[in-house]
Amino acid sequence: MSQRFRLPSGGHVDRSKRLNFTFDGRAYDGHHGDTLAAALLANGVRLVGRSFKYHRPRGILSAGVEEPNALVELRDGARREPNTRATVAELFDGLAATSQNHRGSLAFDWMAVNGLLAPWLGAGFYYKTFMWPASFWERVYEPMIRKAAGLGRASGLPDPDHYESAHAHCDVLVVGAGAAGLAAARAAGATGARVILAEQDFLLGGDLLNEPGLEAWRQESIAALEAMPEVTLLPRTTVFGFYDQGVLGAVERVADHLPQPPAHTARQRYWTIRAKEVVLATGAHERIIAFPGNDRPGVMLAGAARTYARRYGVRAGETAALFATHDAAYDAAFALAEAGTRIAAIIDPRTDSAAMQRAREAGFTVNAGSVVTGTVGGNALRGVEIGAPGSGGRGDAVPADLLMVSGGWNPAVHLASMSGSALAWDEALLAFVPGAASQHERSAGGCRGVNGIAAAAADGAAAGQAAAVAAGFAAAPAMTLPEAPAPDHRPYELWEVKGRGKAFVDIQDDVTADDIRLAHREGYSHIEHAKRYTTHAMGTDQGKVGGLVGAAVLAEAREEPVAKVGLPRFRPYTSPVAWGAIAGGEVGQHFQPVRRTALHGEHEALGAVWMDAGIWKRPAYYPKAGDADAWASVKREARAVRERVGVCDVSTLGKIVVEGPDAATFLDRVYANTFSTLQVGRARYGLMLREDGIVFDDGTTTRLGPDRFFVTTTTAQAGPVMQHLEFHLASAWPDLDVSLASVTDQWAAMSIAGPKAREVVAAVVTGLDVSNEAFPFMAVADCLAAGVPARLFRISFSGELAYEIAMPAGYATQVWRAVLAAGAPHGIEPYGVEALGLLRIEKGHVAGSELNGQTTAQDLGLGRMLKKKGDFIGRVLAQRPGMTDPSRPRLVGLRSADPARQIRAGCHLIVDGRSQGWISSATQSVVDPGWIGLGLLRDGETHIGSVIVAANPLMGEEVPVKVVSPHGYDAENLRVRA
Amino acid sequence: MLRIPCPHCGARDEVEFTYRGDATVTRPGPDGDVGAFHDYLYLRRNPRGWQVEWWQHNGGCRAFLKVLRHTVTHEVRAVAAATETLEVPGA
Repeated sequence: MSQRFRLPSGGHVDRSKRLNFTFDGRAYDGHHGDTLAAALLANGVRLVGRSFKYHRPRGILSAGVEEPNALVELRDGARREPNTRATVAELFDGLAATSQNHRGSLAFDWMAVNGLLAPWLGAGFYYKTFMWPASFWERVYEPMIRKAAGLGRASGLPDPDHYESAHAHCDVLVVGAGAAGLAAARAAGATGARVILAEQDFLLGGDLLNEPGLEAWRQESIAALEAMPEVTLLPRTTVFGFYDQGVLGAVERVADHLPQPPAHTARQRYWTIRAKEVVLATGAHERIIAFPGNDRPGVMLAGAARTYARRYGVRAGETAALFATHDAAYDAAFALAEAGTRIAAIIDPRTDSAAMQRAREAGFTVNAGSVVTGTVGGNALRGVEIGAPGSGGRGDAVPADLLMVSGGWNPAVHLASMSGSALAWDEALLAFVPGAASQHERSAGGCRGVNGIAAAAADGAAAGQAAAVAAGFAAAPAMTLPEAPAPDHRPYELWEVKGRGKAFVDIQDDVTADDIRLAHREGYSHIEHAKRYTTHAMGTDQGKVGGLVGAAVLAEAREEPVAKVGLPRFRPYTSPVAWGAIAGGEVGQHFQPVRRTALHGEHEALGAVWMDAGIWKRPAYYPKAGDADAWASVKREARAVRERVGVCDVSTLGKIVVEGPDAATFLDRVYANTFSTLQVGRARYGLMLREDGIVFDDGTTTRLGPDRFFVTTTTAQAGPVMQHLEFHLASAWPDLDVSLASVTDQWAAMSIAGPKAREVVAAVVTGLDVSNEAFPFMAVADCLAAGVPARLFRISFSGELAYEIAMPAGYATQVWRAVLAAGAPHGIEPYGVEALGLLRIEKGHVAGSELNGQTTAQDLGLGRMLKKKGDFIGRVLAQRPGMTDPSRPRLVGLRSADPARQIRAGCHLIVDGRSQGWISSATQSVVDPGWIGLGLLRDGETHIGSVIVAANPLMGEEVPVKVVSPHGYDAENLRVRA
Repeated sequence: MLRIPCPHCGARDEVEFTYRGDATVTRPGPDGDVGAFHDYLYLRRNPRGWQVEWWQHNGGCRAFLKVLRHTVTHEVRAVAAATETLEVPGA
């Protein structure tokens, strides 16, 4: 019979809706309203996984987010998601789940031999065992550990779903929709405040879902909230982090309860919520007790067993025992007995209590003053051993297939702690509670130690109202609050039952109480050190059920109170969050924006091969039929420039207008050379240093008028240069009357270079005499180009006669086409970034590879540009001895001794067997065929004429190279001035 | 995830700003020597508490602003233009 542990009635499952699912390939069914864990238990499935290190059999421990054991893989193919907690995974029809972390079948795992190796796998075993020999690490140990460790398997396929991110603002954010949260949201909502109520569960109610007598109040509360227009309910939404200034992060599982998201629907939504006031109503997590065998399938938190019975209508066992240290846990025994489970024994270290008396009256066997000393069974619990505290030995065994455990309740203080509130130790609860708030937040209900549903609801209502008032709203009339008895939840102090066998404090990471003591003995006594040494509380559950137990074991070893030992720092995320949700929509082509020049379409039409320059798309080269390979295209384009004429889109260069009465003074201070002497209508090459004296950027700057300059920057540094100028104007020289405007996007520009450039320009430009006499090298003037208002610059990067035409970006296509048409008779070729690079390396011009943030002006042979008089950025610190050391690597030209042998950027330059520099840029020459490059070489000038070695050890290459002057091509600059 | 009230644009998210560090150091004048520039460029107080620092609203008005921020709580208490002076509480 299917679902033989399902009760005939009761709870929040819809028995009329049968959902089929598989677990490890076997078919089962459950009901709408189940979690996967509830459905598995309904079918009597107890063994659901294998543990991380020892591969011990593990079952379902909890009924919520704190689950350390029941981690499974959900779905198949690209949607397969590992390490999903079965206790929160909502069941849907067709769900396929698989157990994790075993070789062989789940019931018989070969890796369980690790349990026998346990003496060698204790805390810190990575650091000790796999130390020697060193060569074994990469070849043997690491592959072995990788294979043995980890839990589920990632799909390895692209995520087929999409994710959204959203921002929300509210007056009051309520986290958690248990009794306290519902009451808080109602109280705040009643004032008219904008309220968001986020609940990680798919049902609102928290512990109210286990209380049939309070169902009316739960439903009334939800109806009241739904009727409030300013209240937003976010079920299936986990608030995972509390950040600065009232910012909280949350993830909403929009479609995880469906086989796959409906069309146009995100799978998950990542919320950034800014709240004026926050009410934390996150409840509490029940904690385990460390006793030998406390990890066996069938051991379950008492509250979880109660939840499975009351909320899901599932008996978690046939014969149960309860091991508890406080009265509140006894309700689990009554709930299970009601469900038809036989209560075999109640084990309680206390001598007597009200709940114990009630249990006796109900006919249960109560073992007062006793503890569980061990568990009996293999893959499932068969019995519980009971003995006296401190006896150490194995006690009497009582048959049971379910052991319900409660060592007390830990308020869920994670978010309060992240908000900056220092935690305080509560001696009655034996747990940490939130201290004074440091942000606009308050905790209510179980998360601050309030006991029972009625008290939590009252506390929540007060907190919700106080939050709304603090956010500026007037208090509204009170609501009816539920009434319910609250058994005492203050526990007897019992963290561990010492005995033979493994007593786990972190069940997910296989950390035992002995491991904690070992860490202490070996000096890792601080809680943060012990955590890292043992991996205690480092799993996906973040130690919610055993974190404090481990701290208490450490406290005992240190002979100090738990309060002093404390807990490791709480950090986001409180629960695992999928990477997909964090990435949101910023994936694939949306990862970053793309910048296209105004001529993008023209390049595309010419068949350009694209190259990324930052986020710009630039043509690398334009292949043509007949080009043997990419190099053939690049060299064809470069030859066109050297022999005839070429045109290149240079719109990506940064362009900044500097204007104002003090513009010239300002430029003199930011450039290492002088601009105040520049004539109107002339351009000058400029060099900027950083304040530390290293070269920052270079470019050509033009004086358009007495108070008006046009600065260009390299493509890569356009943004940083703009910021650099703005910063110094604001911070160092606010007295200068200068304004800055970035016009990079407003102006497109193209370079027309080659011996025939003047003929082409003359044919395109009107209103300007472009003869060498009237418009010499470095001249600048306004003109009409193809009938469009434009600006003509006579500047050259290629080493040829060259012009740059700049025009408003909207007209760029018109001018580009006119240039190509005018150049056709001269054999014009468009050239891309590769040919541009080839030409500048031949000419010996430096670019980004040389301006690499390590080089000085002297290193690049530009030392004479530094003006001798007047202040400028970098002037003083460039004079430091280390910056002026003559033996620093200097710019040199390089030529492969064998023209056929390639040299590569990044090669070491080897002189007398030692690396003395590197190749910064390399290409093939078209003027003098062969491989050439630029490099930085220690004592560079002294090596000119000699042959050294360019070594690339990664590729096993050693190529003899001749050191030459970097300015090998037209050293007298006759061509650019022609 | 700070919100910084820009005097020109209003309260804006941290992502619109670029941090530029301690705003109390000033660039030495033309007579500054290597020591003075070294201190200006490299030495920072790194206080635990209030600090006046530069934030550029580069996703907005692009102004460099002086922001009084607490380095422990991240509270932003005051924002001023580059030319104004912000008093550090308790300094």
